[in-house]
Amino acid sequence: MDEFLQIAVSGVVTGGIYALIAIGFVIVYKATGVINFATGELMMLGAFFAWTAMTVARLPFAAALVIATLGAAGVGALVERVVLRPMLGQRPIAVIMVTIGLSAVFKGLAQVIWGGEYRSFPPIFPRRPIELGNVILPSRQAWPFLIALAAIILLAALFRFTRAGTAMRATANDQATAFGMGIDIRRVFSLSWILASVTAALAGVVVGIIGGISPQLGAVGLRIFPVVILGGLDSIGGALVGGVVMGILENLAGGYLDPLFPGAGIKEVVPFFALVVILMIRPWGLFGTREIERL
Amino acid sequence: MIIGNFKVSYATDQALFRTAASRAWLWVLLGAAVLFPFLASEYFLYLANLVGIFAIAALGLNILTGFTGQISLGHAGFVGVGAYATAIAASRLGLPFWLAVPAGGLSACLAGAVVGTPSLRIKGLYLAIATLAAQVIFEWVFTNWTSMTGGIRGINVAPASLFGFEFDSDRRVYFLVMGLAAIHTWAAANLFRTRVGRAFIAVRDRDISAELMGIDLFRTKISAFMISSYYAGMAGGLWVYFTRVVMPESFPLSLSIQFLAMIIVGGLGSIKGTLFGAVFVTLVPEGLRALAQAATAFSPDAMSWLAPMKDIVFGGMIVGFLVFEPHGLAEIWNRIRRFFWLWPFPK
Repeated sequence: MDEFLQIAVSGVVTGGIYALIAIGFVIVYKATGVINFATGELMMLGAFFAWTAMTVARLPFAAALVIATLGAAGVGALVERVVLRPMLGQRPIAVIMVTIGLSAVFKGLAQVIWGGEYRSFPPIFPRRPIELGNVILPSRQAWPFLIALAAIILLAALFRFTRAGTAMRATANDQATAFGMGIDIRRVFSLSWILASVTAALAGVVVGIIGGISPQLGAVGLRIFPVVILGGLDSIGGALVGGVVMGILENLAGGYLDPLFPGAGIKEVVPFFALVVILMIRPWGLFGTREIERL
Repeated sequence: MIIGNFKVSYATDQALFRTAASRAWLWVLLGAAVLFPFLASEYFLYLANLVGIFAIAALGLNILTGFTGQISLGHAGFVGVGAYATAIAASRLGLPFWLAVPAGGLSACLAGAVVGTPSLRIKGLYLAIATLAAQVIFEWVFTNWTSMTGGIRGINVAPASLFGFEFDSDRRVYFLVMGLAAIHTWAAANLFRTRVGRAFIAVRDRDISAELMGIDLFRTKISAFMISSYYAGMAGGLWVYFTRVVMPESFPLSLSIQFLAMIIVGGLGSIKGTLFGAVFVTLVPEGLRALAQAATAFSPDAMSWLAPMKDIVFGGMIVGFLVFEPHGLAEIWNRIRRFFWLWPFPK
């Protein structure tokens, strides 16, 4: 039982981080209908911004977070204006490929600027592990999880209570009506990309603290697809639930299936098996909107 | 200026070559392709083989994505299935290459039928994600089904041989690759003059309308997946006899993306464009490498810039084509051709 609890708790920790990444992804999909394959690379850029602020400029962690946020916001705004806006209304393949192209560009740029080596953040949090009854959480995981949680709550509040958040929700609900009510749709698109890259940057910092950073950090971005499909591509609450479920599933698979399948990686593949099953049964996910096609 | 190219029957309207001149040019091209191995160096033949194999795979992807409108992010997985099936058929069952390569094509074809099954229920972005899952699962199987695939050590294969003629160098493999590439290009071009091929295009343009016109959607989508994966499998089989070893890391997601880049840069839904795209996307990194090698004379660490530059150029190429030239190289080619046709009049 203790082993199960331990696995479940670390699953929730992984899941919370997945949920944060997934929310960034869902924000863009909800507002603009774009599947953002560059999410992982936006994370990587954010992590490098924070890392540079901390090691090169020797700023405290809080200041580094602010810098990462600002940098990511700039990147998000630029990407939306220069690349995504001309793609409005294009075929899905074009939109998918444009974000894939962007991710390659980001990866290359990061290698040019920061080099290909593996780096880690300087120690930030107290080293003492956190004990929850019989379950022990290493501080390297517990603190980042709390950051992720705080970011999620902040984002939810932003959506719920601010004017911009309301505009974004209205646009996602019905673009034409929102436009008719005087909401500037282009600003909403731009804003959602900014928010998405900021979210990704925070997630990147969190992942970077846990596992170190390199230009390859973006590979984590692929793992959110099972999460967002389970939750529903356009549901923020779904991203939360999906993240936690997939985090637990992944850790359970790692704990119980690994001995049965020699060789590595069952942990990474199980969510994708789940993904296929979900797509066959309920493609719109738990909380997503079911698309109805009319001619 | 070309005038008087009128069509008075459906047969001429559907012909592969619109004018006698384009037929003549094709013969010139074929002649050049046959002469090429006698003139070029081993390195250029290696590149030509790479282009030929990628062209076959990219043709398959364009049939599925460009002509039928089903996005696949798992094409490299099918190439891998073909490669492993060929390698296993050749090394375990001892089949000659002219049976082993088609065996690879057929195995991939069956895998395509399985992966394509969800395409009736899900489409567009969701299908893209489903094929992404297929890619991840394929890669995992290649690495971990050690008893069959040899795991990370891979499988070694003896060179192909026909009546005692060993295809043991790039110069010799060239004939194998180009022969099959030519046949498959010809077949793909003709596919879209048949009922099946026209149905693919109808499904791409509007699947519900196509169904109302009496096209069996499920059968059409599945056959698109099967034909596409068959092409991928044949490319995989050739890959085996080209590199003589199959490793799991030869078929990553990035290869799938490279195939997508080829058909986007070349032109979605264009056979000619696919070939342009395969040449372009394969040769640009090689051009960069040559450039970096030349630059080492001036700065010794120029080669270390190569890897990131490759990524940037590759991504920039995709984004640039999508934003500025969404119909790809095929459209540029047509524009140039139109210019000469209409000369001296402005377009």
